[in-house]
Amino acid sequence: MNAGDSGEGGNRVDTLDIETTRAWILATAAAVDSHRDVLTELDAAIGDADHGANMHRGFTAVAAAVGGDYAPETVGQLLGKVGMTLISSVGGASGPLYGSAFRAAGRQLATPEADGDQFALALRAALDAVRALGAAAAGDKTMVDALMPAVTTFDEAVTSGAGLRAAARAAATAADAGARATTPLQARKGRASYLGERSIGHQDPGATSTALIFAALADTLDGTLGRMP
Amino acid sequence: MKKFLNNPDAYVAESLAGLAAAHPTLTVVTDAAEGGATFVRRTARTRPGKVALVSGGGSGHEPLHGGFVGVGMLDAACPGEVFTSPVPGQMLAAVRAVDSGAGVVFVVKNYTGDVLNFQMAAELAVEEAGIAVETVLVDDDVAVQDSTWTAGRRGTGATVLVEKIAGALAERGAEMAAVADMGRRVNARSRSFAVALTACTTPANGKPGFLLPEDEMEVGVGIHGEPGRRRAKLASAREVAKLALDAILAEPVFAGAQAGAQAGAQAGTGADGGDVIVMVNGLGATPLSELYILFHEVSRLLAGRGVTIARSLVGNYVTSLDMAGASFTLCQVDDEMLELWDAPVNTPALRWGL
Repeated sequence: MNAGDSGEGGNRVDTLDIETTRAWILATAAAVDSHRDVLTELDAAIGDADHGANMHRGFTAVAAAVGGDYAPETVGQLLGKVGMTLISSVGGASGPLYGSAFRAAGRQLATPEADGDQFALALRAALDAVRALGAAAAGDKTMVDALMPAVTTFDEAVTSGAGLRAAARAAATAADAGARATTPLQARKGRASYLGERSIGHQDPGATSTALIFAALADTLDGTLGRMP
Repeated sequence: MKKFLNNPDAYVAESLAGLAAAHPTLTVVTDAAEGGATFVRRTARTRPGKVALVSGGGSGHEPLHGGFVGVGMLDAACPGEVFTSPVPGQMLAAVRAVDSGAGVVFVVKNYTGDVLNFQMAAELAVEEAGIAVETVLVDDDVAVQDSTWTAGRRGTGATVLVEKIAGALAERGAEMAAVADMGRRVNARSRSFAVALTACTTPANGKPGFLLPEDEMEVGVGIHGEPGRRRAKLASAREVAKLALDAILAEPVFAGAQAGAQAGAQAGTGADGGDVIVMVNGLGATPLSELYILFHEVSRLLAGRGVTIARSLVGNYVTSLDMAGASFTLCQVDDEMLELWDAPVNTPALRWGL
């Protein structure tokens, strides 16, 4: 049956439906859980050692809110719920920033499933929301340094004909590279900026958690869609 | 980690329960309608027509902010997790609880997290509750220079002065805009600088945020356990006080104070125009005796520059958990500000004139 289905339309399965979105969010929660200490240590070096705990609290609340019986009608509704939950549980700068990002993305996805083009628009909206709220530019050593290359790479991949799954993998790779590239930067926004030159030499915790979210997306799509023959 | 703890995850909740138990004039509210949003409020309702002051921020700075809730200062405070800003739902619940119809003034320390969460709360207050909010941003820490390249100066010790002086004006029945203007005026005339001898340990992390050798100090620290601007060899109390005051008095806002004092001295009219409120504040683990040693040095240095100490405050007011260290805050006051500073206040941490 599966072989017949996918044989009929290889592109058709390369979409993000509500269940895949839910799986992505739960995979993100699991990744945040297993990287809690890593995020805390990165933040201890240049911030206040709470990013791991805050993200963990937030995504634990998110997993509870969107797991199980929660039955949204659109992908956007689910992402909006993620955003509101993060805003009301994370605190710090990450709460409003990630919360606004998910909400902005959700507003672009008022359908039960999204293709690559739609998701590219949603990612662009998320980036715009983060930049509007946090006023951070590329190179300021913030989550924007992972988010921006991920969004741009996703966009380019989709534009050049890649499916959602391939575009997500490319975006995850770009986000990870972007997070790693924050190490030599001097922070110009957020609490790390108070350290001046002493912020150089440490990877940014916010960029790192952004990379986790994109890795979870790529892994989820690989796992879900990758099983299709 | 050695702390008086039951459960690190319950650190803030259990501390707030103790605050409420110790001070019947305060009530700790957990608002079920706002998703369990927690805030500290005066037990007594806000007098009709009185502008309400609401502040908040990460926990770990006690007595800031809950300890400044009471007559003459705050109407409510929203505590976040340790060193983590509160979430908008807390501020929204607090605004709904304490607004008397005259509006609410937020006192917000300039940290990205606090600014973003209070900003979202202010929008929600208008959209969902129809309550007007004005925000006073506190950014007094001169250790953070060159705001083009940072998130801007941090809000630290001046928060106490803003909450006290603006709170007194609100108590007198001033309108929201006037209360907010007064808060901004106090902030604009205040500058702070801090030096730490040890890092602090958050209950969640369990180990110090940084390691400082026996013979070194962190210069220009904030109040969240983050390292400072630079590390230096440990110096005497005299040298530390001079370091801090030099940084503070180099700010343009104090140029007038010193010039006015010099002009007054030359004209034989005595020092004038240089009246300041001075706060020497402990960061959590520094004995009061050491703070007085520092204050002694501050008083000598200011006398030498012709600056008159109008009022002083020595103690632990804006702390950073168990950090050993001190911050210095100077505020150039005028007669109105001084009168408001002297007005009655009845909070767990500041209490006089009653």
